[in-house]
Amino acid sequence: MTSINVRVDGASYSDDVEPRTLLVHYLRETLGKVGTVVGCDTSNCGACTVHLDGEAVKSCTVFAVQADGSEITTIEGIAGGDGALHPVQKAFHEMHGLQCGYCTPGMIMASIDLLKENPSPSETEIREGIEGNLCRCTGYQNIVRAVQQAAGEMSGATGGQA
Amino acid sequence: MIPAPFAYERPTTVDEALQAIAAGGEDVKILAGGQSLIPVMRLRLAAPETVVDLTRVTELRGVREEGDVLVIGAMTTHHDVITDPLIAQHAPLIAEATETVADRQVRHRGTFGGALAHADPAGDLPAVALALDAEFVLAGPNGRRTVGASDFFVDYLTTALEEGELLVEIRVPKLTGSWGVRYEKFNRVAQAWSIVAVAAAVRRENGHIAEARIGLTNMGPTPLRARATEAALAGAAVTAEAIADAARSAAEGTSPSSDLNAQADYREHLAQVLTRRAVSAAAGL
Repeated sequence: MTSINVRVDGASYSDDVEPRTLLVHYLRETLGKVGTVVGCDTSNCGACTVHLDGEAVKSCTVFAVQADGSEITTIEGIAGGDGALHPVQKAFHEMHGLQCGYCTPGMIMASIDLLKENPSPSETEIREGIEGNLCRCTGYQNIVRAVQQAAGEMSGATGGQA
Repeated sequence: MIPAPFAYERPTTVDEALQAIAAGGEDVKILAGGQSLIPVMRLRLAAPETVVDLTRVTELRGVREEGDVLVIGAMTTHHDVITDPLIAQHAPLIAEATETVADRQVRHRGTFGGALAHADPAGDLPAVALALDAEFVLAGPNGRRTVGASDFFVDYLTTALEEGELLVEIRVPKLTGSWGVRYEKFNRVAQAWSIVAVAAAVRRENGHIAEARIGLTNMGPTPLRARATEAALAGAAVTAEAIADAARSAAEGTSPSSDLNAQADYREHLAQVLTRRAVSAAAGL
């Protein structure tokens, strides 16, 4: 066992983990952060995307020990303190950027990462930005619209949300 | 699936890493970004006794200049390669090819050195390193040695790295003069490997092609240079006809495999088409 210290969604945790524990399993099974889901388990689908020190990563392809000393944000940590949805969450809701919803946590985390780097992406840039996330229901149309709406709202917003 | 248990070492310097590798037992794997190693460990295609994680070896990250050479630390992530101003200025072919690697999540973790040391013939960066005549600096228990790209890639997933050695940096000669570059990649989706890809760097002089360097991805067990095409392009006019003529020999001397994605003869066809496109774009047509 190896001891790790991490901050997840603003709270600090110290745990002993087996080195082979994948970050996604640590988040779900040790911390109960089940908002982050396991989709393909082969690094393809992106459903398990979280932010590790501010960068989107596939948490099924990172060992929990590699996150020692890091700050992690999951889908459960992006809404405001008062429960107000993050603009990207709100846009997925309003534009119906989902059907079954399984890919949604990863889609939203990848989209936030994209918008941080490119606040007003073109449609092509959005499609390339979420190329690491698979949705088997929607054909991506409403997902792209949701990201476009969120980009508009965030660039005009003064709330300063990440 | 969950990987088999392993002992975990997290050195902070190259010397510590070499000691951990030496002390790690029979089957040691070096963890760089983990975007190839963790998937194969999850499938239990690899079940190393010891994993040596280089994440905290900060001396292996970053890009610097040494005269006419760009020195890229092995642990520099794909994302950092794409956004590095020195690479943009002196080795833009590397940035262009790296942008096509997988997706943004993988590029945040995956590293330049890890992708090269993994030496997957369908990986994008080996052919680029070969086309740019890069050199590989390997650290071992008895010091450091430098290996040219043509000697580094030995066979399928096999490099000149000996047991106990570590790839520490890649030295890329700067392109000086009026070079154009292009990476042409043919694949199905972001996460799929290249079926075939072509890395081209072309130097123009007085309206002619003075020199062309062409690296082929996935046309054999190692990356290859399209030597016959390079020879045909030396001194050629910058015309669509001359480039198309030269590109017809792009698959000479290659030995592509047949698999679910493509038969060997289709890969030979792709090599010619993609070479024509890459050289044309690099030559400014």
